[in-house]
Amino acid sequence: MKEWRFWLAEQRGTVTAAAIFVVMFAIYGLNHPAGFSANMVQTAANKGVLLAFVAMAQSLVVITAGIDLSIGMIFTLTNCLASTIVVGSPVEVAFGVAGVLAAGLACGAINGLIVIYGRLQPIVTTIATGAVYFGLALALRPTPGGSVDETLADLMTGQLFNVVPSSLIVLAAVVLVIWIPYRRSAIGRAAYATGSSEAAAYMSGVPIRWAKFVAYSIAGLLAGVGGLFLTFFTYTGDAAYASGNAYTLFSIASVVLGGVSLFGGSGSAIGAIFGALAFRTIGDLLFVFNLDPLWQPLFQGIVLLLAVSLSAFALLRVRNRLDWFA
Amino acid sequence: MAEPAPLFTMVGVSKRYGGVHALEKADLDVRAGRVHAILGENGAGKSTLIKAMSGVIAPDEGRMTLDGRDVAFGSPAAANAAGVVCIFQELSLIPDLSVADNIAISNPPRRFGLIDRRKQRQIAEEALARAGAEDIHPLALVKDLPLSRRQMIEIAKALARRPRILILDEATSALTAADVAKVLAVIKRLRAENLALLYISHRMHEIAELADDCSVFRNGRKVATYQAGTKSDAEVVEMMIGREYSHVFPPKPVRTGDAKPPRIEARGLSWAGRLRDISFAARAGEIVGLGGLDGQGQRELLLALFGVLRGCGGTVAIDGEAVSLSSPAQAKSEKVGMALIPEDRKTEGLMLPMSIGDNLTFAAFHRISRGGVIDRAEERRLIEEMFATLDIRGAGPQTAVGSLSGGNQQKVVIAKWLMNRPRIILLNDPTRGIDVGTKQELYQLLRRLADEGATIIFYSTDYDELIGCCDRVLVMYDGAVKRELVGDEITEKALIASALNMPAEQAGANPMAAA
Amino acid sequence: MSTTSAASRSAIARRFDPAVATAFGCIVLLLLVGSLYSRNFLSPEYLLQQLKVASFLGVIASGMMMVILIGQIDLSLPWVVTTGAMMSCALASYGTTGSVLAIPFGIACGMLLGLVNGLGVAYLRIPSMIITLAMNAVAQGLMVVYSGGFSPRDFASPAMRYIATGSAIPGVPNAVICWIVVGAATVFVLTRTTFGRAVYGIGNRERAAYLSGVNTRRVVLAVFAISGGASALGGVLLAGYASKAAQSMGDAYLLPAIAAVVLGGTSILGGRGSYYGTVAGAILITLLQSILSVMQMPEFGRQIVYGVVIVLMLLLYGRERAVR
Repeated sequence: MKEWRFWLAEQRGTVTAAAIFVVMFAIYGLNHPAGFSANMVQTAANKGVLLAFVAMAQSLVVITAGIDLSIGMIFTLTNCLASTIVVGSPVEVAFGVAGVLAAGLACGAINGLIVIYGRLQPIVTTIATGAVYFGLALALRPTPGGSVDETLADLMTGQLFNVVPSSLIVLAAVVLVIWIPYRRSAIGRAAYATGSSEAAAYMSGVPIRWAKFVAYSIAGLLAGVGGLFLTFFTYTGDAAYASGNAYTLFSIASVVLGGVSLFGGSGSAIGAIFGALAFRTIGDLLFVFNLDPLWQPLFQGIVLLLAVSLSAFALLRVRNRLDWFA
Repeated sequence: MAEPAPLFTMVGVSKRYGGVHALEKADLDVRAGRVHAILGENGAGKSTLIKAMSGVIAPDEGRMTLDGRDVAFGSPAAANAAGVVCIFQELSLIPDLSVADNIAISNPPRRFGLIDRRKQRQIAEEALARAGAEDIHPLALVKDLPLSRRQMIEIAKALARRPRILILDEATSALTAADVAKVLAVIKRLRAENLALLYISHRMHEIAELADDCSVFRNGRKVATYQAGTKSDAEVVEMMIGREYSHVFPPKPVRTGDAKPPRIEARGLSWAGRLRDISFAARAGEIVGLGGLDGQGQRELLLALFGVLRGCGGTVAIDGEAVSLSSPAQAKSEKVGMALIPEDRKTEGLMLPMSIGDNLTFAAFHRISRGGVIDRAEERRLIEEMFATLDIRGAGPQTAVGSLSGGNQQKVVIAKWLMNRPRIILLNDPTRGIDVGTKQELYQLLRRLADEGATIIFYSTDYDELIGCCDRVLVMYDGAVKRELVGDEITEKALIASALNMPAEQAGANPMAAA
Repeated sequence: MSTTSAASRSAIARRFDPAVATAFGCIVLLLLVGSLYSRNFLSPEYLLQQLKVASFLGVIASGMMMVILIGQIDLSLPWVVTTGAMMSCALASYGTTGSVLAIPFGIACGMLLGLVNGLGVAYLRIPSMIITLAMNAVAQGLMVVYSGGFSPRDFASPAMRYIATGSAIPGVPNAVICWIVVGAATVFVLTRTTFGRAVYGIGNRERAAYLSGVNTRRVVLAVFAISGGASALGGVLLAGYASKAAQSMGDAYLLPAIAAVVLGGTSILGGRGSYYGTVAGAILITLLQSILSVMQMPEFGRQIVYGVVIVLMLLLYGRERAVR
């Protein structure tokens, strides 16, 4: 019947983001000097997944109509932590990985607790906790350095069967293990409900606080996965303020490109992933068209500006001017 | 007849907001297999009562029992779990989720810890069928559906929770006549299934058709409980307002012919299918009422005149000169001189945390400033003038407007626009939720303003007001003006008949007056 | 009716804002704590020096405060500050005319960026957090292209240096005078003009302001332009202070600017707050930074203390009302 229409209405943002990414990546691949190849895909994937993890994290919070401006700093902090504890015997490495993920989870949980029980605005709260997380990162790594278990790192950043980039496999695994169950659980639905209309959610007996807490916590966890992967790529930890900030900014950009509504309640982490991959491809497009890399930040900024302005077309359909202020 | 013990009781329940008793020592017995109607004016405590029952607010004192055991609901979820489910007036649906998601929101069916969508859809389809809304697709997103469908979903959602006590708060207000009939049938069936139903409505004929018991509330107290059919309508109304029902309306002047062009004239006004080909004219000194059932385009008409709606068809002329208004800023300009007392004073009329003084001058900057700089002496003078004109009591200009009573807040909204010396005043149901005394003052004020030469267009959901205040009434139905009632034709019978779009003969009014 | 008690509380707050008082109280406390470390903390020289450092932040926070008052936020601040600094230095290298026009040119560049923010927020109704983040990226991109990614070699004009480091009145740094001028103008605009009224009105309820016939979109546009101009002026002063502009010199000002405004009692949701609070907030943040550095707290410790203090102070008086 027309069931697919309802599905499309719900997934419009995600589908659009995926389409944008496919088109952009096709243009990139066709113009790449080496053409499509396993190596080219691997390089692109390795660059893309870092942002994809952080964007996924951001999308979870944004779906509840919140925002996490500390997400880049959690990413940086977990990177520094990973460069310190993911070394040694396999058992130590395993504990190290668990420790890094737990740290990410804890950072997210702290954000959630302050926002929920402190009743503070997410923007200010996460800017402040971001400073704390950055401070902790700096304490761990006053200067760039450290190391990580190279076997694990190479395994995670290489190719599976010499074809598929293993980073993409891990990304897919994270989607399968974390996002899909979350999306289909009662708590995930509660997150959507809270973001869509907190008052209606309360009236309907939805566990709002628990939903927010879980969203912020998993966001921290996913940022931790991202931080871990950054370490696998670079083999070092670096408490770089600018890089942390950039990841926060790019995560929001990816979420917007990925069709997640900043007012909460709609969109998906999968959309955010495609948004992130598309955003990364913008930078790569400049490379294949031989533009000076100096232009890359400007180009990314303008694409972002245009992307967010597109949503304004919906305004043309507004016939009651009071709806501007909804 | 030996009555079974009540399913649910409330004893001495009170709730205060600030110093105001919203509910004071309320008692209530609710029995299974009966429809219990709750009657009362706005602000009588009905909504506080049901909020306490359904766990939205915590009462300050008193006790509630269910099956003879004490209960205290900490949240709507707790009340639902105990079998008390409320269909709220302000909708509790989540716009971005599907119909099925919404129906199963509080307790979705689970398999292996995840939501079982197939089962959920089945539940939703059953619930929709029970509510008589099979036409709604369970996978549609709520935000894509019109208001009347949403209200049906709301009912289905409540039924899906298998309630023992179902509270319906104005659940039929946004429904079409066909849907209302369906809902009434559903309620009767639920009564037969031995549910306890609490029914809150302003529509007396629905209550007459459904209710077994009635309780009347006034000023936060329960006045009386009686068996349905044992009191006359007049007696009920008297209990609701607590005295003989008679507003004192100022006398209406006799109209004389006027050669000047009308102050405001609309020709063929239409908008987005919600306003259809509306034409009317109003002269200086006239109070023109807008009647009809709520939601027939009256609010949209006022917004269209005030320049808020985009893409309006038709023309509007002020003093015979065509104007095209595209913002309230233009509508209030010297040349047009329009003012709108909006629907919701808390979100559209006032900035609640700001002071009375700041609110009063907010629409009249040009009168208190020179080159954008505020002349404080002039500002103070004008504010004092308005305080005197409208007799705003119990507060000074520095008091936050949010701390005033509803009636005084509405006075501030009106005063704020009077400061602008408007020539055309549009009022959107201005007496809703304000006390009787303030209403009287308002009626006097409107007539005085009209006598001073203003044109007043007055939408009210209260028929008595239309009858008592207006020189003419335009009755709207489905976005169009169906009838115009002039002078003595403005009777309750004629208003109701034309509001329901019944032929004029049936109501016994003059057929020649039909528009 | 549930707003009754809150509203009457805010009526009292109007006369005696506990947040502003708390912020000033914290300043005194910090000075006392600092004086335990060193007698210098209470010396006029130290205090004036702190005031001078605070004035850079104060100027920047003035614009941010207006944006927050209308219920929005301006996250483009870091690179607008840098743009103001770089562009004024750039023009200063073009002879005398350039040198004379350097300051207004820097401010104009900032206002232009702010104007684009304002257009997006007011007319396209894009959430301010997003459009300003995007503008931050655009401004960064423009500056990277302009400077080739290196630290620019242009130097601040003598006038810029004089305003940031000189003192026309003996003992009183010009930067402080500059802040006083900007602050007085802000106070005047917010309290004595219809524009200021509109700003508070929009912050409280934009819908009601619009229905009152106020051209809310133009006000929002202007507020963002002012914010851009204030940030750029801050950048000009900073460039004058350091004699030259630097990449990402504005990064260190975003959190402090928001913190100064919010710690000064301005509601992050808009509509409520006084400039005196922002003054207190800017001084408080500056003193906190100074004391942490005097205590020779390493950078990481400063960041942590900083974040924790802000969260704690907000928990003290910046909370939203409970739902129930």
